[in-house]
Amino acid sequence: MTTFQVPTLAQMTAEGKTPEVLFWVGCAGSFDDRAKKITKAMAKILHHTGISYAVLGTEEGCTGDPAKRAGNEFLFQMQAMMNIQVLNGYEVKHIVTTCPHCFNTLKNEYPELGGNYHVEHHSQFLNRLLKEGRLKIEGGSFKGKKITFHDPCYLGRANDEYEAPRALLEKLDVSLKEMRRCKQNGLCCGAGGAQMFKEAEKGTAEINHVRADEAMETGAEIVVAGCPFCNTMLTDGVKNREKEDQVQVLDLAEMIALAEDL
Amino acid sequence: MTYLPNILFIATLATAVAVFAKKVGRIRENIGLGKDTDRSDRSSDRLQNMLRVAFGQSKMQARPVAGALHFIVYVSFLIINIEVLEIIVDGIFGTHRAFAPFLGKAYGPIISAFEVLAVLTVIAVLIFWWRRNVSKLDRFHKPEMKGWAFTDANNILYIELVLMFAFLNMNALEANFADAHHSFLISQYIAPLWSGASEWGLHFVERLFWWLHILGIFAFLNYLPYSKHFHIILAFPNTYYANLEAKGRFENNAAVTKEVALMMDPTADPFAAPAPDAGAPVERFGAKDANDLSWANLLNAYTCTECGRCTSECPANLTGKKLSPRKIMMDTRDRIEEIGTNIAANGSFVDDGKSLLGDYITNEELWACTSCNACVQACPVDIDPLNIIMKLRNFATMEESSAPGALNAMMTNVENNGAPWPFNQMDRGNWINE
Repeated sequence: MTTFQVPTLAQMTAEGKTPEVLFWVGCAGSFDDRAKKITKAMAKILHHTGISYAVLGTEEGCTGDPAKRAGNEFLFQMQAMMNIQVLNGYEVKHIVTTCPHCFNTLKNEYPELGGNYHVEHHSQFLNRLLKEGRLKIEGGSFKGKKITFHDPCYLGRANDEYEAPRALLEKLDVSLKEMRRCKQNGLCCGAGGAQMFKEAEKGTAEINHVRADEAMETGAEIVVAGCPFCNTMLTDGVKNREKEDQVQVLDLAEMIALAEDL
Repeated sequence: MTYLPNILFIATLATAVAVFAKKVGRIRENIGLGKDTDRSDRSSDRLQNMLRVAFGQSKMQARPVAGALHFIVYVSFLIINIEVLEIIVDGIFGTHRAFAPFLGKAYGPIISAFEVLAVLTVIAVLIFWWRRNVSKLDRFHKPEMKGWAFTDANNILYIELVLMFAFLNMNALEANFADAHHSFLISQYIAPLWSGASEWGLHFVERLFWWLHILGIFAFLNYLPYSKHFHIILAFPNTYYANLEAKGRFENNAAVTKEVALMMDPTADPFAAPAPDAGAPVERFGAKDANDLSWANLLNAYTCTECGRCTSECPANLTGKKLSPRKIMMDTRDRIEEIGTNIAANGSFVDDGKSLLGDYITNEELWACTSCNACVQACPVDIDPLNIIMKLRNFATMEESSAPGALNAMMTNVENNGAPWPFNQMDRGNWINE
């Protein structure tokens, strides 16, 4: 249980307040037990910075990303229109999300349907707060720790953002070891394109096992991800090699929350 | 009689150009079978992208060895074309080395530089041949590379070798002429091989290589449109018309937008008579066949040179799944060719009972894609296989309901409770108090 109140946009609006940013939690962040920890870490950081934020709570719905990638343009646009009605109803201007899939869809696919917002992935948002001096990070417990960063496809290749997560990690004084395939050439975790929700086709290996192996080959003690789905896939990959005692899979938000002892 | 070679040459040149133009016209028509998509915006960005990616080969260099070798062959091709221009001028006017008087002292060094490029090209081509046939790079030996695709790739290498051989020998022979004006950097070392020949023989064989070189080029020109090697031309328009938006942005289907807007409009009359313009046949959602794709997709398909960088980066292919982005492009090209041939033979398309999805690309391939954009990133000429995959998925899901069962379950959840899992919408905020 969070020790502080997470305000919903409905409450804030009722009180006549307008938050600076809407924290878009996403389906994984709302329902998946592992991803909920990422959501809470992000909420803690937001609370810690004293920034005025809100969540949609029960008024949020799937952005439609998995439906669109599964070919169901109809369902995607239904979801988009419903969300856009809610967001525009509240006159939302600025959104931050911990899910690169939500980020990509809100940022790139909603404008044409009438949803125009300034959308940031949490790595970009937190990096900006750092630059503006509104968030301070000390190396803390991660100083010198060997870590590697897995680029989520929908943050990296899809939106050309490779630096924001690395800039955050640099602030934590970790020793970042890049994988052979990283940045533009990063290997997918295997969850994108709605693969998260189905069994993989017949092959010789599981994508997430291969990727987790690549991450562990760097000798990293912590594999950092910036996506709840990558997180699940990599965690599963680490377990496949029975390395879960030696190697942790953490989100950027969790890294910062832990470093700051939030 | 003295004009016979000129006439012969002009006739050959005209035939070569005409046959080439006709075939290119056919390909143009085939590309035109695709649906319209607007790529007329941002012309200066497009030009820049073309200059950087096609002319400047920026994405080729992601793999330094292949990138460097390819760069040599590419530069050599561009520059040696100046020599070809001279050959054409000589052929038409019956001159010999028509550019020499204009270039004066610079002519020797310029042709010598071409010769250096020619030798580098021979070396590069031999290494390419080695990689394909001896060390057998994995990406050249995927299932889709069997048969014609493999033969075609080697043919190109052999043609390039023959052209370079003819070019160097032509120059070498000239060095032995009694009234030799020219001796060039590389060919002077080949020259002694021909030193025993009579003056008449030298001139005869020099002409032979001259004709071999130019006929080789004409043959090459006309081989291009039947080959993966057509990329040397289409790489330019293809990068110009490439998608410049963020790779994660998948286009929204406007027809669906209209339907959804109607559904969500509380004032819409469900019993309204169809609008007067509703007589037109309903367009299919997504793509079932190659001509349901956009012209940009089809241009992509004709541009593909089957290098396989996409496939070698594809997470599905890397883990042994059947999906290969290169095969998606090759299938699209083969199918639109088939449709084009069908139309040419019958006046209009006669149903042949086949379609891109099903007969060329299987569901197993289609559903293995993670939409990670690795293939799009890897392509040195900005081809987008993912866009085709998504259009095929649109058709499979919206028209045929043939998505894998687990995905149908996921979509039912999104539809019913706004999340891909069967959780209650009202529990979305529960994490706050957990």
